[in-house]
Amino acid sequence: MRKSGGGRMWILRCGRSLRGAPSGGASYWGGLSPGSRFTQAASGGSDGREEAAGDPRRRGRVYQNPTWQHVEQRPRPEKKVTVEVLDHLERLALVDFRNWEGVQRLEKAIQFADQLHAVNTEGVEPMDSVLEDRCLYLREDNITEGNCTEELLQNARETVEEYFVAPPGNIPLPKLEERDTFLQVSE
Amino acid sequence: MLRVSLREISAALKEGRVSPTELCQRCLSFIKATQFLNAYITIAEETALKQAEESEERYRGGQILGDLDGIPVAVKDNFSTAGIETTCASNMLKGYIPPYSATVVQKLLDQGAVLLGKTNLDEFAMGSGSTDGIFGPVRNPWSYSRQYREKSVQNSHTENEDANWLVTGGSSGGSAAAVSSFTCFAALGSDTGGSTRNPAAHCGVVGLKPTYGLISRHGLIPLVNSMDVPGILTRCVDDAAIVLGVLAGHDPKDSTTVQDPFKPFELTSFIDASKLCIGIPKEYHAPGLSSETLALWSKAADLFENAGAKVMEVSLPHTRYSIICYHVLCTAEVASNMARFDGLEYGHRSSMDKSTEVMYAATRREGFNDVVRGRILSGNYFLLKQNYETYFVKAQKVRRLIANDFVNVFRSGIDVLLTPTTLSDTVPYVEFIKEDNRTRSAQDDIFTQAANMAGLPAITVPTALSEKGLPIGLQFIGRAFQEQQLLTVAKWFEKQVKFPMIQLQEMMDHGHTICHHQKSAFFS
Repeated sequence: MRKSGGGRMWILRCGRSLRGAPSGGASYWGGLSPGSRFTQAASGGSDGREEAAGDPRRRGRVYQNPTWQHVEQRPRPEKKVTVEVLDHLERLALVDFRNWEGVQRLEKAIQFADQLHAVNTEGVEPMDSVLEDRCLYLREDNITEGNCTEELLQNARETVEEYFVAPPGNIPLPKLEERDTFLQVSE
Repeated sequence: MLRVSLREISAALKEGRVSPTELCQRCLSFIKATQFLNAYITIAEETALKQAEESEERYRGGQILGDLDGIPVAVKDNFSTAGIETTCASNMLKGYIPPYSATVVQKLLDQGAVLLGKTNLDEFAMGSGSTDGIFGPVRNPWSYSRQYREKSVQNSHTENEDANWLVTGGSSGGSAAAVSSFTCFAALGSDTGGSTRNPAAHCGVVGLKPTYGLISRHGLIPLVNSMDVPGILTRCVDDAAIVLGVLAGHDPKDSTTVQDPFKPFELTSFIDASKLCIGIPKEYHAPGLSSETLALWSKAADLFENAGAKVMEVSLPHTRYSIICYHVLCTAEVASNMARFDGLEYGHRSSMDKSTEVMYAATRREGFNDVVRGRILSGNYFLLKQNYETYFVKAQKVRRLIANDFVNVFRSGIDVLLTPTTLSDTVPYVEFIKEDNRTRSAQDDIFTQAANMAGLPAITVPTALSEKGLPIGLQFIGRAFQEQQLLTVAKWFEKQVKFPMIQLQEMMDHGHTICHHQKSAFFS
């Protein structure tokens, strides 16, 4: 929905006089955070545009300096991942770390993710999907396709008649002590 | 001939100035000549020629299927294509021939497009350089452009220029290189965290990421179900609109496509800039942004302002956390999505068969590379019971904050946001591989992944050449499902900046495999 009017008039930066602005004037500026330099710089009352052009930190609308910095990540010794957890992960994922480089990759990833704790999420609901406000399409429970056994079996390596062949199941992976893995070397 | 836009070649086909088979053959030989770019994994020569012949029949009979009839296109190798090998650049799916085609691929074929082949990518679309697939890295066509070579002769002293070729960006690098080097007129990529827009910016082409839920993901081998979308790469914004018109719409096979009817639109050449409100998010001046990109960004803001548009600074306060949030959610969903590769029904299967668990573990050890395994393990870590709340749910909450940032900005009257696409122009491969995949992704995806988190449409438009003679793109982010508005603004901007065409004469000489009479025909 486009806002009506206000097309030809330059809207002053301080937002105080809005000729031709839509009736919901106050909420129109809702997107600007109150503490931003944008509204502070314009509080002088003059045409914000000229003031901004004179402001050495800003040319036009784009800041000339980065507005935030990366936080230096330091490894936290109390959060080092134990061998038990590493073994557990290998079993869950059925994928191996292969060497200590793989473990380091995980530790760096955790370190990187730890920065999230700085965000205040009090009272915020987790978001599963951006389409959460809509009703997703569910089709009727009628059979519309199938009978493609041959095509599907073609991609499998081992088949017998119309079956996929799997090795015997219900046999757990060998325990850490019994496996030949670099994880056995204690830290 | 090959350098024109989709619309122009479509007109040429309709007028009979060129036939679909001739066009297809030219593209195929051009692909062979540019093989050193490593943009294509599979070239479907026979099927392409057959499709071209069928298209020619239709043109002769005057019964063409649409604007895309007879147009050669390429598709990223993580889209399933019936009868054509689909590998995702991974050992896990090497030799896998899907029994069905992805909906988007089928839609292209139903419109008569000619599928030239499958393009190269990072393994399972994980990465930001198109360097980590099993078929090798993709080279940026701009490494061989006159614009880059002229500048690099002045700067570098290396004798072996070939060793300093540049990366395309990722992960749809093959698609971007294919479009940029004129081997096809449009290509499909996938965009999870910027995988279409990043290589588009580095290769000087237009990369469109549609709204999540607009285009079907059925047949796209999934990475992150809540953020993946098929992306469109073309040489100009108009072409992107044409392809979008073909692909968008509800698909009963993909429950996450919205049911709203989609009407294909044509872009106007003229816009009334005075009715436009452009937002400049101040947090997008991130650390590491190159001065050239910053200057271009400022110039673009001034351009809109001088045309009469309102250009306002806005704030997206959670920007600095969005890459971290993306990292957690992406690895968590990857851990889940990669669980389907066990070797039983398709793909690589290990010969170790003491038990199912051993077979699965061995198959996945052999099939996945370090990057994929690293993400699966990180994802599983974040999903462990003891970590679920502190990492995964926390990231989901931060995701809502990020999505709300955008909602607030758009509610305040902003039509379109203008941001950089990448931190700087592209770098040589030898530089790129100095950091590992995860670090690079965290650096390079910084401007692009927020749009994926919020599900918003975004497009990158090549803006200007850097001092090194390499393309820099700027990104526009629009409101959800307002692709028409977004593309209209992008098209106007594209017309204003007049981005130069890549000059590839040197690349042809480098090819060595193409005979001279063909060479002159290509550049007529």
